[in-house]
Amino acid sequence: MEIMKPAIAGTLESSDCQVTVEAGEGKVDLVLESVVMNQFGNQIRKVTLETLERLGVDNVKITIVDKGALDCTLKARIEGAVYRSQGQNDNLPWGGAIQ
Amino acid sequence: MRNAVGREIPEEILRITGKEVFQGNDYREGYTYKKDGPMTTCVVKNTDNKLVDSIHDVLVKCGIKDGMTLSFHHHFREGDYVVNMVMEEVHRMGIKDITICASSLGKAHDPIVPYIEDGTITNIQSSGVRGKIGQAISEGKLKGLAIMRSHGGRVRAIESGETRIDIAFIGAPTCDDYGNCRGIGGKSDCGVLSYAMVDGDYGDKVVAITDCLVPFPNFPAHISMTKVDYVVVVDAIGDPKKIATGAAKPTTDMRKLMMADYCTKFVVNTPYFKDGFSYQTGVGGASIASTISLAKIMKERNIRMRFGVGGLTKPMCDLLINGQVDCLLDTQDFDLDAVESVKNLKHFRISAGEYADPFNKGAVVNKLDFVILAALEVDVNFNCNVVVGSDGVITGAQGGHPDTAAGAKCTIVIAPLLQGRIPAICTEVTTVTTPGESIDVVITDYGIAINPKRQDLIDCMKDVDLPFKTIEELRDIAYSIVGEPEKVQFDDQVVGIIEARDGTIMDVVRKIKPFAFRER
Amino acid sequence: MNNPNKKRLRRTMMFLNAQKPGLIKDPYIYKPDSIMLDLEDAVAQNQKDAARFSLYHALRELDYRGCERVVRINGLDTPYWREDIRCAVAGGCDAIRIPKTERAQDVKVVEEAVAAAEEEFHIPSGRTLIMAAIESARGVMRALDICESSERLFGIALSGGDYTKDLQTHITGTGLELMGARQNMIIAARAAGVQCFDTVYTDLDDMEGFKKDVETIHLMGFDGKSIINPRQISIVHEIFTPSQKDIIFAEKVVREIDTKKAQGIGVFTVDGKMIDIAFYDGAKRTIELAKASGVYKGDL
Repeated sequence: MEIMKPAIAGTLESSDCQVTVEAGEGKVDLVLESVVMNQFGNQIRKVTLETLERLGVDNVKITIVDKGALDCTLKARIEGAVYRSQGQNDNLPWGGAIQ
Repeated sequence: MRNAVGREIPEEILRITGKEVFQGNDYREGYTYKKDGPMTTCVVKNTDNKLVDSIHDVLVKCGIKDGMTLSFHHHFREGDYVVNMVMEEVHRMGIKDITICASSLGKAHDPIVPYIEDGTITNIQSSGVRGKIGQAISEGKLKGLAIMRSHGGRVRAIESGETRIDIAFIGAPTCDDYGNCRGIGGKSDCGVLSYAMVDGDYGDKVVAITDCLVPFPNFPAHISMTKVDYVVVVDAIGDPKKIATGAAKPTTDMRKLMMADYCTKFVVNTPYFKDGFSYQTGVGGASIASTISLAKIMKERNIRMRFGVGGLTKPMCDLLINGQVDCLLDTQDFDLDAVESVKNLKHFRISAGEYADPFNKGAVVNKLDFVILAALEVDVNFNCNVVVGSDGVITGAQGGHPDTAAGAKCTIVIAPLLQGRIPAICTEVTTVTTPGESIDVVITDYGIAINPKRQDLIDCMKDVDLPFKTIEELRDIAYSIVGEPEKVQFDDQVVGIIEARDGTIMDVVRKIKPFAFRER
Repeated sequence: MNNPNKKRLRRTMMFLNAQKPGLIKDPYIYKPDSIMLDLEDAVAQNQKDAARFSLYHALRELDYRGCERVVRINGLDTPYWREDIRCAVAGGCDAIRIPKTERAQDVKVVEEAVAAAEEEFHIPSGRTLIMAAIESARGVMRALDICESSERLFGIALSGGDYTKDLQTHITGTGLELMGARQNMIIAARAAGVQCFDTVYTDLDDMEGFKKDVETIHLMGFDGKSIINPRQISIVHEIFTPSQKDIIFAEKVVREIDTKKAQGIGVFTVDGKMIDIAFYDGAKRTIELAKASGVYKGDL
């Protein structure tokens, strides 16, 4: 899946994270800022890369500002931003690319 | 060398500080020592005038020079102007290598960070630090080691001569021209001067700084003229709005109310809850809520509190107004109601030494039945961390935590299981500030764990309908929700020590380093 | 279709914005019987898409520890509701709440979409229940029709805010304006053998008023109340807790009916009261309530 236009999802409230996706430069570029970087930085990175892979996104600049989101929220925000960039709101692949 | 809470204290640190590792709360029981005393400059003639025109002049009169130790109190909390005012002048005079010995430092003191960076200040001893000073220390900018010690531990360090105060600065809400200081009155009313009393007793030079000069005698004095060398009058010693705020509205956050309920239910089911019990609590929403609900049960069961201690807030002072407690012993006032309450005849001021010093012939904390505390982290050994944040930066203060926890018969820590994604109950705390042997019960929103060494408490809770769990179960629940946290990545360099009450080393704090991802 | 959850205990149903991670991560610690994850009014128009992802992963990955997970979809007059249903069913929610239900046909349309989603996402057929919120005069007048519209429908709920607007009045705090709807709906629900839930009480500063409101609907026969704040939960549960006298009586009734039925006796007395099989369900329900309230230690 190509990132057609920049998109953003999520908020900067506690337990949430804000994810921005933009067209990449041929690879996945992750910029991560997290209030729990020491404890969960590696985990957040892992979940992010896995989520993008499931979505078939391999050319993206993704910026995450994390305020202590759980993995489930992180995934939701990444998917939210990616599908926004596609303008797709219906017939989403629940349980497929989204899981 | 490993200490009694399993922390490895580097030999190098033991060598530099000349300290021993922590060996358990009662290690110094029966220890004898000779107390230190101040170098006193006598005032014999009746012509002497203690009033000095400026901070600059008083520093000159006190013989300020490189390497001195200056002390401060934190009764003005985040409204304090005194530390900045003095340090600005010290910096202007080009003095270097100053040790600050403060009862606590906060965000109000962010402006002194440049003086740490340029070597004006090279050592800090405090209950803790918040804001940019904490950040600076954690980044390794302080030349010497920061020493974090409890309120009781500070008095011990000063009285034993371990820390010698060259000049003590006492922000005094009211003062007369001969140095009689009171915490009451004026525009920077903070109620009491408990933390500053030892500074008055042991500072070689003692300077009262006030913004409200009153006619002699300012009696009854909280710190007597007999100890004060000079008096400086300035425009303002603090921001009244930040010294004592209006009483916090009781929380409506159900999570806190739930924990408060658990706490109250626990307290009333212990054998210590009987007529004449004693109690200290904190300023957190859950602590305040539990004081309010406890007051209700005390009324229902016709049980009176003998005394309440501590940093005080409205709900504790209400107990006095409502005749539910015989007296309050006050070390600090957190809201205007508490400041006002100091005028009550049964509201007694006590010094930090009386309150918590373990190198006394007994302190008030030893007479406590209950203390309700908070913590950033508690581990499965019940060790608590109240100083180092989840980012590895020094961000809190020991305060009276280790003192009251050690002293009280029933020490309860209230903490929500999760702070955002950070589990409050963990396998090993980042830094130990209060040893697990002092902690009897941990109350979270997910359940309550009693320290297994308190079989007596476990037994008396047998039929009590509360969600009891083991501390390991609480940790496992937390990890099942947020995942298992990795440890904070530190540099090897030690930037500070966490001193136990008795002066031994509880733990060290290391320099932070930029986070690096594990290789894929 | 015989979903055992249809008749489960639902004293409290706590409303939560599905788009707020801080709210939906652990509401179970307050022990509501059900939570309602909202995709409708609580979610801004431009966050409808994001809310679904948040909902889906919450349903899939968070352990709600026995709380029933109801999802309120967007209205049938919006472009969102079909995808809402796909998302909620795929996530494995326990029930769908239809807002602004006006007629039996509304429920049937949703039922069809739910069945299709169950098939698409390999969810056991019939697993997803439905409840209908009634928010208009027309809906209230057709309550019985709505109650009888679907095997999946476990109950109806009054939504007082919109309903009173439709009546050209407003929530007064006295309950006067809700009297007719409450009465009509509980009668319809009982006639159809489904549950009935009361509207939210929004003034969190008036806990006494809330308590009175709950006492009223409890006496009227409602199964539970919609909740907007966890502070309201214990009050509802307390009011719905049967008295020891009621529990003991219910226990006797259940035991007597069990034995008398075996002996072929239809009518008999317990503690001097005439009892027949019609008392059985009520007595069972009292025992269930007592168990949920933690006041029943017996073996029924």
